[in-house]
Amino acid sequence: MGGVSFLRAGPLTTVQDLGRPGYRALGVSLGGALDSFAAQVANLLVGNSVDAAVIEIVIGGVRLSFDDQCALAWIGGDFPVQLAGAAVAPGRRVFVRQPAILEIGLTRGGARMWLALSGGFDLPVVLGSRSTDLRSSFGGYKGRALRDGDRLSLGQSAFDTRSDRSTNWAAPADWAQTATERSILRVVRGPEWDEFCGAAQEAFLQTSFTVSSQTDRMGTRLTGTELQRTQGHELPSEPVAAGTVQVARDGQPIILLGDCQTIGGYPKIAHVITVDLGRAAQLQPEDRVIFAEVSQEEATRLFAAREKELRFFRTALQLRMS
Amino acid sequence: MALEILPLGDAALVVRGSNSLGKNLALAHKLKAARLHAVQDIVPAFASVGIFFESPCDLAAVTAEIRAVLKRRAAQKEKPLRPRKIEIPVCYDREFALDLERVARHARLAPNEVAKCHQSGRYHVRCLGFTPGFPYLDGLPRRLATPRRDTPRTSVPAGSVAIGGAQSGIYPLRSPGGWNIIGRTPLRLFDVAKERPTLLRPGDEIRFCAISRQEFEQWEV
Repeated sequence: MGGVSFLRAGPLTTVQDLGRPGYRALGVSLGGALDSFAAQVANLLVGNSVDAAVIEIVIGGVRLSFDDQCALAWIGGDFPVQLAGAAVAPGRRVFVRQPAILEIGLTRGGARMWLALSGGFDLPVVLGSRSTDLRSSFGGYKGRALRDGDRLSLGQSAFDTRSDRSTNWAAPADWAQTATERSILRVVRGPEWDEFCGAAQEAFLQTSFTVSSQTDRMGTRLTGTELQRTQGHELPSEPVAAGTVQVARDGQPIILLGDCQTIGGYPKIAHVITVDLGRAAQLQPEDRVIFAEVSQEEATRLFAAREKELRFFRTALQLRMS
Repeated sequence: MALEILPLGDAALVVRGSNSLGKNLALAHKLKAARLHAVQDIVPAFASVGIFFESPCDLAAVTAEIRAVLKRRAAQKEKPLRPRKIEIPVCYDREFALDLERVARHARLAPNEVAKCHQSGRYHVRCLGFTPGFPYLDGLPRRLATPRRDTPRTSVPAGSVAIGGAQSGIYPLRSPGGWNIIGRTPLRLFDVAKERPTLLRPGDEIRFCAISRQEFEQWEV
């Protein structure tokens, strides 16, 4: 079975898929690729099912060696990626025809990228998923981030990478490269929105926040105007999810990401809409974020529209494969 | 029961019910039985239940549907909660009970009295969270309530039995944590290899019983 070796694994490279639905009641994070849309599109480009495992790379500085043929595609921030010395654009399927090195340089914008390889990875499914749960050390590759020298075996590819010559599989440009200069995250109001004073609500939507260095797969801490509540009572812990913007005791917001806890006790001022979660996953320390409010209806409409586009994209690729 | 149903983003709802454990679990059960479309997870918390959806849906319509379902079911007699009774062995040895002194000082008790008092409580699992299988327990004897540590530990050993304010819990996995540790259980509270990966479930009735260091070492998991 073909495989990929991590000559340089980079700072936080993990195996992720679409996470572990069905286990949150047990306290297990949903987890999965922090931009699940990117992971799905990259998978489709290489003929995988949308829920195949991909590699999530943070900041870059990764060198991979392929010992057999396969197809690859990546989506994410502005990373310089080269296969055997030739540039590989994001959102395109590229064939690895012979043993070769894939070099992923340091990001020029955006924190993360997702790399799909045809066949996915031959790794055990733990609680319904191949995602790495770093906090609880299970899933993915030995429950941990990849290290220099690790090797992953590839699963069975959906198509014959030896004979297939079609290289014109590409995703729309705005799907392929997901880092933006100024990050505007669209939000709907959170369950405790009304508990914040008018000045806090205004500051939340009209001033920018800076990403602090405390950012990981559980969440991104921001600093900016102190957001005060009109009442200071403690709340019983309630369900939270990726996208929940909670405000810590110091009045600073935290955007929860995929590996967040299943329940949390901080007040929830807002919630990043599903279609903007990928953008939230691109935030790096020092980046500035602006929150913009949209209605619940608009958030649902955008989510539904994107799901529809994804279905059409999948159908279009299937037509080309047959 | 006046329920508050609020959106949590565009793919989840929080249903706020009662502060009573039994009623909150009954609510979670009814929501499960309602078989709403495209549900990914139903998550009971302390006084609320989260409903997560796997695909876009009209949350206003689902909210109306939930209200209708709960209204229909309100007439039905609620089955009383029949909790499973589970005994958790704990070794209160100094080596494991990293904060026993602190809790004892706060409660104005001798350390061995803290252990005794802790065992006298009858606890219930409110919900699981924080880490996989971590039980938030009700029922800590009031005297033992101890504020969380100012600086959380970066690594708390698996099995640590702990007190955080008026709550208590057990760390299933090695993880960071700011609660006061008063002992350790040899039981495994979370095991991904098992079909039911968590030892405990919301609603379970818990009692703690002291074991010696030797019993701890020889415990068959």
